[in-house]
This record gives sequence, structure tokens and C-alpha cells, in this order.
Amino acid sequence: MELTGAKIFVECLKAEGVDTIFGYPGGAVLYLYDELEKAERDGDIRHILARHEQGAIHAAEGYAKSTDKPGVAIVTSGPGATNAVTGIADAYMDSVPLVVFTGQVPRHLIGNDAFQEVDIVGITRPCVKHNFLVMDVKDLAETIKKAFHIATTGRPGPVLIDIPKDITDDNAKCEFHYPESLDMRSYNPKVQTKESDIKQAVEMILASERPIIYTGGGVIMSGASNELKDFTQRLNFPITNTLMGLGAYPATDKQFVGMLGMHGTYEANMSMHYSDLIIAIGARFDDRVTGNIEKFCPDAKIIHVDIDPASISKNIKVDCSIVGDVKPVLLELGKELDRRGAKPDQQALANWWKRIATWQEKNCLAYNTNEKTIKAQYVMQKFWEISAGDSYVCSDVGQHQMWAAQYYKFDKPNRWINSGGLGTMGFGLPAAMGVQLANPGADVACVTGDGSIQMCIQELGTCKQYDLPINIISLNNGFLGMVRQWQEFFYQKNYAMSYNEALPDFVKLAEAYGHVGVRIDNPADVEGALKEALDDKKRLYFLDFITEAEENVYPMIPAGAGLNEMKLL
Amino acid sequence: MNSTTNKRHVISILMENEAGALSRVAGLFSARGYNIESLTVAPTEDASLSRMTLVTRGNDDIIEQILKQLNKLIDVVKVHDISEFDHIEREMMFIKISASNNEDCASIKRMSDIFKARIIDVKNKTFTIEISGDRSKLDAFVSAVSDYNIIEIVRSGCIGISRGSCALKAEEA
Ligand SMILES: Cc1ncc(C[n+]2csc(CCOP(=O)(O)OP(=O)(O)O)c2C)c(N)n1
Repeated sequence: MELTGAKIFVECLKAEGVDTIFGYPGGAVLYLYDELEKAERDGDIRHILARHEQGAIHAAEGYAKSTDKPGVAIVTSGPGATNAVTGIADAYMDSVPLVVFTGQVPRHLIGNDAFQEVDIVGITRPCVKHNFLVMDVKDLAETIKKAFHIATTGRPGPVLIDIPKDITDDNAKCEFHYPESLDMRSYNPKVQTKESDIKQAVEMILASERPIIYTGGGVIMSGASNELKDFTQRLNFPITNTLMGLGAYPATDKQFVGMLGMHGTYEANMSMHYSDLIIAIGARFDDRVTGNIEKFCPDAKIIHVDIDPASISKNIKVDCSIVGDVKPVLLELGKELDRRGAKPDQQALANWWKRIATWQEKNCLAYNTNEKTIKAQYVMQKFWEISAGDSYVCSDVGQHQMWAAQYYKFDKPNRWINSGGLGTMGFGLPAAMGVQLANPGADVACVTGDGSIQMCIQELGTCKQYDLPINIISLNNGFLGMVRQWQEFFYQKNYAMSYNEALPDFVKLAEAYGHVGVRIDNPADVEGALKEALDDKKRLYFLDFITEAEENVYPMIPAGAGLNEMKLL
Repeated sequence: MNSTTNKRHVISILMENEAGALSRVAGLFSARGYNIESLTVAPTEDASLSRMTLVTRGNDDIIEQILKQLNKLIDVVKVHDISEFDHIEREMMFIKISASNNEDCASIKRMSDIFKARIIDVKNKTFTIEISGDRSKLDAFVSAVSDYNIIEIVRSGCIGISRGSCALKAEEA
């Protein structure tokens, strides 16, 4: 039977098993919405109406990061599409599998500066894994198939499909057939790991005396936490995670030395710096991790496992590269270790652990408390305890993000959801919506600051519409705190534009949207407020913690310094 | 060899002949700050594929990244740094020269013969000459005629191919 483009669109989503699509309607996508609404009525696909296209994309990201499915979103042409760009760029930087549909003006108007026309394929080209403009309804189904395939395989990422309106109307029809498989000669995400690389890596592991395992978001994407645990524990090596990789290895385990990088722990950064072998797994030597690359880990040999060959030796030259999906690679490394039946020098390893223990004694995450003002660190620590370490934590960007990463000990993967690569303020709340929708019944928190929360505050409406009982933990210091911290350290305390003037009353704001708002300014009330919010599984709580205004995130590697040059409190 | 020296590389790219494919490559180079000395592109014997020859400069690390990043583009089927192999390069040039007297006319013709260039148009003592060869030959010709009045030069940019049976081809499915 011949179907319209709009119908084909919906049939393709069903064939891909899409149960949730995030979006915002507009002229260019009305035929698509017409069909989406019917699909919703039939109970096939649920559409979540965000309050801003950026929110829709971040929600799709949250959905994807907390499930093993891609996030799907739809926005209209022109401003709808440009509003989505921040979210798309965010997904690109953090390798989040997304399929984003944008409406486009009818084909005959393309290039005419038509109403609500933008070249979104051109605009997003540098921040998508791939994008398509569909110029024939006959190509629609295959294009959608390709988009899902590309977004979810290899190193995942966002794929955008731009659909001119006249491809979706009643005149554009064709026979519908959803391809079962694809043959793309230009895209083959299957990588063949070389046996010789595995052998070389094991050789290096066995020869090491001061090893460290450094893992990133790739382990989580690969679903390789169990394999990582086995690998790490059989070797008894210290392990550190990047900001993106938290939860890949249980944070409460004794081999875990904390997060590394700019605001990582002293012991993690010192262990990296003085190691003689770094086993980097699904991590990409980001500049926030390496500090000054001239000073980076002078004695270390490096093994790098990554699915993306372009990530290897990009920032730091490595000695052994293993291109492949983390999970099978870890299994291969394990097998080769079995086969060799040997162990690294255990005496050297014991000495190494002793040295690490001296760094751990610094207790770098200790902070001063007093009875008068709430410390953000304390809120995060208590939240971790009270939620039994089992909440999803979606974060915005700033000091609060670092405190969440430092004090919430993630023992499970996919629980920590933040914007690492792009550092997008406004990510937290919509991401939490996506997580809550994908995981009904789970505890989902949004850790935010008084600056970040205002960047997507309108999504409180979405939370109300879909009854999402998110726990918003606002660490309200009255400042754009991370900016203020940098100004304190590096700009002679000239707090240029970093004071948040005219903050709204967040309690009233939450209430205006139909939620519960609570203001907490006494340290003694912190636990009670957190308990109350966690106990209420029905309503969204906006917990506005009034925290120490000029608190800084420690420890810190100043710009240009090496990992061994951390600034401690 | 010093890996930090900037060497000239000729990169052959076989890619899907899709709208936007060229801008993906050009965009990659500008976004990542790689240099493009020249770039040519045209369809191949298989109309669904385009072949691009891109000349760039960089040290070994940069060239390695360029090749990896090109390979990552979804439309790219194959990439080869043909300057690493025995290969042939050609570039074509049109050059328009005006002569002020008959003596100049004669020597422009002679010069063209020496360089195996072809005069393809003459009007009012203005010669349009076609010449092809590798870059240095074209440069040499330009300098040989530089005493005359050069009105216009158009160069195609380099195209390249490896010698022998080795070829840049899409694998049969
Ligand atoms: C969209 C966006 N704009 C600007 C920035 C730069 N920036 C990084 S952190 C920060 C301050 C965040 O303030 P707030 O949300 O109050 O959190 P705090 O640091 O106080 O915890 C700013 C402005 C950014 N990351 N994202």
C-alpha cells in the first residue's frame, strides 16, 4: 500500500521500537504531528511536549543515557531547528545516540529565504555524526533506517534528518517498505581488534610496577562495567574514572581512587602523574583531564583502548593502541592474561599502593563546616547517603556539578548524567525529565545552581504535565559560582557579571508551576528536606539550598599546571 | 625523519557522490584548523562515487589525524595518502599572456614548445596556453613567461593516482 511521508515516518519509528519522542510542533512538521498524534492515540508512541527545543533534545539525551536506546526528537524548521542546535552539539561532544527530525520548508522554496527556512543541515554539519536532507519521499524510510544505524553503532552520536514539508503531505506517497538491513559501503562500524595489540598490552601490563587504569564514558556506553570490574580486580590495580565515566567502576570499592582531572582527587591525579603505565579505556585524554600536556605523566607508558581510532594519539601519543569496543577488548585482555598465567611484580604493586595511601591520607575532599551556613558539599554527601547511592543524578554545569561528581559515590553505571564535553548550563532539568520518563519509579535528581536552572526553567511545565517527581537540588550560592571562582583565583577577585542579581523566589516559582518548593538555609534542616523529597514519589520537589556564597571547588589543577601540581584547600 | 616537520601530502578520497559531501570535507579542515593547499573533485567511472584529491601540509601527527578524521566521515568510502606510495601527480593550468610585439609572440610560442604546452587561443596578440604537469613544471613555466604580461592564470589543483595495479576502489559488497 502507498503511504504518505508522514505515515511512513511514524511506521519507521514503530519499526525501530521507538516508544517516546520529545518535541515541539510548528508549521513545517504539522503533517508529521498529525500522524504522531494518531500513533499516540493507538498507544504506539508517546510524544513529550517540551517547553523549548533545547529542552526536548536534552530530554532525549537523558532518555538515551539512562537506557540502551537512542533518544528521538522532532522540531520544526527555522527557529525550532536552531533552538535544538545546543542540544545536538551537546550530544555530539558526549557521544549520545540521538535521531533528531527537523521540519524544512517545501522543496520548491528551499534556498529562497522562505519563512522559517534555515539550512539546518549546513548549520549542524560540524556537530552531528551525520545528517541528511530528504529530497524524495521514496528515500525517507531508508534514510531513517540509516540514521538509527549510524547513531547507535560505533562511537555513538546525534544524526539529524531534515524533512521538507511537501514530502510529508498527502501528495507525496510511495510504497512503504522498511529495510531489514543496510549495506553502507562508506560506513562500517565493526572494528577488528588486532591480536598483536592485545598481546603487546598484556606484555606491558605484566611489566608494570606503578600501573593505573583510567576509564571514561566509553566503558559506560559499551555496557562493560562488569568486565571492567573483573579486569581491575584480578590485577588489583588502582582505577580512576573521568567525569563522564563515573559509575563505570563502583566508587565505594577500595581500588577506586576517585575522579581525575581538574577537580579530581589528589590521589587520582598523583597516581596518574607518577605511574609507569596508564591503561586508558574508553577515555579521550580531554584537556580537563590531562592538564598541561607538556607535563603529562612523564614516566608513563600508555595503552589506549577506544572504539574511535581518531581518539587515539590525538592529544597524547600512546605506546599501544587497541581499536575496538571496550567490552570484547576487556574480555580479550582477560583471556590473554589467563593464557600467560603470569602476574605483574606483586612487591612493586604493594609498594605502589603504599605510596597511593600516602596521597589518600591528605583527605583532599575534606571541607570546613560551620553551624550557620550550608555547605554544598555537605548537601551532596547527605544526598548520597539518604538516597542510598541509588538515585539518578542529572547535573547542570558549574561548581555544583563538580561537587555532585566528588561527593555522590556512584556504584552503578548510567546513574550520573551530565554535560561533560560541551558543559551546557541548562542541561540538568530536561535531562532529568528524559531519565524519569525512561525510568518511571526511579529516584531522579537534578543537581543545579541558581544560574543553570534558569536556562531551562520553563521545563518545570513539562514536569507538571507529565507528573515527573524529580528532586531538584538547587545549590544556590547567589553567584555564577564557577565563574566567580575563576575570577577569584585568576582575575584579582573582579567578580565581573558573576553575581546573580534579581534571583526569583524559587519556592514561589516552583509553586506557580504546581510543584513543591522548599527553601533551606539552615544546615540542621538539610537532611530532613532531602528525606521529605525522596519519600514523596509523586511530586516534584524544588529544594532551594541557600549555600555558602563564596565556596570554592577543591582540589584544583590550575590552567597550565601538571597533574602533580594540584591546589588543595 | 623528523616527525614534526611539515611535509606536503597528497590525499585521495573516494566518497559518496552526495549533496554536501564536499562541504563535509572542507568543513572538517576549517573546523580543525588543517590547511588545504588544493582540492579537486569530480565523479568517477561509478557515477555514485566522487573522487577527491586534496593537497595538505602537516607533520606526521597532523596527517595521521587528518586521515582518521576523514575516515570518520560517514560519506567517505576510502582514503589514501598517496604521497606515501609511488604515484603520479598532475595539474592543469590555463595561462593568458599578452605580447607587445612579434618578437615576443615568437618567443612565447617557443617557450610553449619547450614546456610541451599548447596554445589554444590567440586574439590580438593575447595567447591562451594550456599546460599540464606536476606542480613544479607549472611553476617553472610561469616563471619562464613572467617577463611577459601575464593577464590571468587558472590552475586546477593537483590530481593524483598511484602507480601500478593498486587502486582506490569501493570494495564489492
Ligand atoms: C550555556 C552556558 N553559558 C555559559 C557557561 C559558562 N559557565 C560555566 S559554569 C557557569 C556558572 C554556573 O553558575 P550556577 O549554575 O549558578 O552554578 P554554580 O557554579 O554556582 O554551582 C557559567 C556561566 C556555560 N557553561 N554554559
